[in-house]
Order: sequence, then structure tokens, then C-alpha cells
Amino acid sequence: MQIHISANDGVPIYVQIVNQVKYQVASGRLKAGDELPPIRVLAERLIVNPNTVARAYRELESAGLVEKRRTAGTYVSDQGSPLARRERVRILTERVDALIAEARQMDIPKDDLLKLIENRHAVLKPASPEE
Amino acid sequence: MSEPFPSATPPIVEIHRVTRRFGDKTALDDVSLTVPRGGVFGLIGGNGAGKTTLIKHILGMLKDQTGSVSVFGLDPVKNPVGTLGRIGYLSEDRDLPNWMRVSELMRYTQAFFPTWDEKFAEELRVAFDLDPLAKVKNLSRGQRARTGLLVALAHRPELLVLDEPSSGLDPVVRRDILGAIIRTIADEGRTVLFSSHLLDEVERVADRVAIIHQGRVLLTAPLDEVKDTHRRVTLRFGQALERAPSLVGALSSTGQGEEWTYVCSGESEQLRRAAEAIGAQVVGDDALSLDEIFVTRIRP
Repeated sequence: MQIHISANDGVPIYVQIVNQVKYQVASGRLKAGDELPPIRVLAERLIVNPNTVARAYRELESAGLVEKRRTAGTYVSDQGSPLARRERVRILTERVDALIAEARQMDIPKDDLLKLIENRHAVLKPASPEE
Repeated sequence: MSEPFPSATPPIVEIHRVTRRFGDKTALDDVSLTVPRGGVFGLIGGNGAGKTTLIKHILGMLKDQTGSVSVFGLDPVKNPVGTLGRIGYLSEDRDLPNWMRVSELMRYTQAFFPTWDEKFAEELRVAFDLDPLAKVKNLSRGQRARTGLLVALAHRPELLVLDEPSSGLDPVVRRDILGAIIRTIADEGRTVLFSSHLLDEVERVADRVAIIHQGRVLLTAPLDEVKDTHRRVTLRFGQALERAPSLVGALSSTGQGEEWTYVCSGESEQLRRAAEAIGAQVVGDDALSLDEIFVTRIRP
């Protein structure tokens, strides 16, 4: 699991971890059943406070993206679950909102935007999983 | 040791209203600070802010002129044995005995600490790539810092005190030091107190911070709370204005015309209501880095 932390841009570090894990799950780079690194291991690798990693894992757990198993360890949840699906829709909604805002600023009407999305959808082949 | 052994889990360090003068210069001005057990406490301040003076009080190297200092519930000046034996310390200038070899320094330091862990010390020596036969005076700056860190860590102290541990070091050595901080507190119940003016490092590893400026503590709080309660908001007013209208919680402001940006202490919701109260709309609301918070806070 590749995570990059920047302490300079103001976004709290636990939020950076949460967002990057969410993105990797939504994009398929992390799959259901994959194990996340133990808190201490990730803390040492990223050089961040272990409590920060623990807080990120708690947020991910309550968002339904990961689950703790009895044998200890944190695993990516089954993405068929309604919570996880809701999360994916939420991420996409943010992107769509940004796209709509930009289109409005450029005076591109809604129908043109929809047409553009359909065109691009046809052009881009289904992405093969990274790595 | 006349003082009773503390019960429950009292704070590791408790500083109460300490003032310290050197001649007519006030180095610490009515400083109160509590370092709870467990976690990493970051002491932030510029050069000459009073960080080192404060640390010297904790180590019992300076006696309080007014107020009181308590470490593990003991007075460090009266009980050097009861406190220093439980503290690992790396000073800013990393003053190590130059005439010794690394292995001699390890044996020498071991003699002072009953809790010295020989196996752990050897692991650190190998991990830090230190030649046991090298003379301390011939070590590079980075190897010297690693040696200082080794002797501070190897007795597995309850409290690790690092004064500007990263200053003047390259990124590889800094990573070793920050990694050591993280491993130290990952061991249950241990506490790290470190001072730094490299705020991105503090932001990475600290749980709790105190900002010191001109001998005074301007702010002390959990880092999460500091981050949550400082925002940069940009407000849009209905008409162009000559200067920024005052906003509740604002620490500084910049801008022109209809748009003004404030650095504020307060949470998002609170600031939004304050903006509405002066007839403005929030068009930007961002978290700040610790660096930005620090700079805003120390400005008069």
C-alpha cells in the first residue's frame, strides 16, 4: 500500500491517509480481503505518530471500508456492502460536482457535457488494474 | 528521596508558573506546562524562545527561581537520581566525550543506568552503522547525532528528551531520529518531549504541542485540536471595501476589494456564522499547516 504524506499543505495527516486508502479501494488497487499494514508498521514507514494512523483506521472502519478481524489485523471490506458502495458514490459525487462547476464557468451547457461524457466513455477502454 | 512515590498516573512533567531570568534578560516568563504520560510532546519556538532553558529545568540542570518543576512527581534538582535515571536526553549541541571510542562511550553510559539494555544498544549500533572503534571526535555530524541518540535510548527511558534533534542534519539522519521517536512511544507508556523549529516534523510525530515565544507559552493543546481550531477563511462581501472588517476570532487578514482572507482561531461552523453576522459569504475555508499557525500566532 503506497501512501504519501505531506505535512505542509494543511490537510490533517489522518485525513490524508483516509483519503488515499479510500481512493485505492475505490479504484480497485486495494481489494476486498487485502490486509492493511499494522498501525505500528505503517507509522514507522510514513514517519507519523501511531495515534494518527490509528485514528485514520478508525475512520475507515466506521465508513465501512475496512474491518477488524478477531485474529487482529485490519482488512479491506467486501465492496459489495452498501456502506462501501455509498462511499464510492460519495467520492464520485465530489468529482462530478467539480466538473459541473467548471463546465458552468466555461459556459458549456449540460447536454454538451453529457455528450462529452458519453464520447469519452466510448473512447476509453475499461482500465486494466494497475500494478 | 523524601517525596512520596506518585499514585495513579500523574503527568510526567508538571511545570507551574516558572520564571527564569539571566541578568536582565527574561528567558522564561511565568511558564506553566503539563506533559501527560504517553505520546509525543512537541515544543515549538524560534531561536532564543526559551525551549532549551525550559528543558534544562526539566533535567534539573537549572533550578527554578520562582514556581515549581516536577518530573515523575519529583523535584529534579533535589532528586537527580530518581529522575535522570529514567530520562534519555540528547542535547542540541550533542556534547559527547570526544576522547572516547563509541564502544567505550556505550560501556561508560551503561554504568549510570541500571536499566541499560545491552542487546538493544547493540541493535541500535548496527542499525545506525556505528563503528565501535571509532573515536567520538572523528565522527561525522550525522554519526555523532546517532551516537547521542543511541546512548539516550539504550536504557529504555520512560521519558525521552530531545532538544532540536534534527538541527543541521541531513534527511537520512533526521529520519532515523524521527523513527526512534515513533518506536519509543509505540512501546506502551513511554513519553517523548522534543523541541524543534522544523514544524513539518512536529506535525508528523507530535500528539500535543506547545508554542513558546519570547519566554512565554502562547498555546498548548493536542495537535488535532490546534489543527481543528485554526482555519483560513476567505470571505466575499457585497461591495468593495477599503480594509478588512473585523471578524470574531480573526488573527490576521489580507485582501482587497470584495474578497478578504482571514487566518482565524475557531471551527468552520463558528466562523461561518461569524461571517454571516457581518454580511459576508464564505467562499474558501481551508485547514492550515502548523507552520502557518505558528507564524500567525507569534506575530504581535
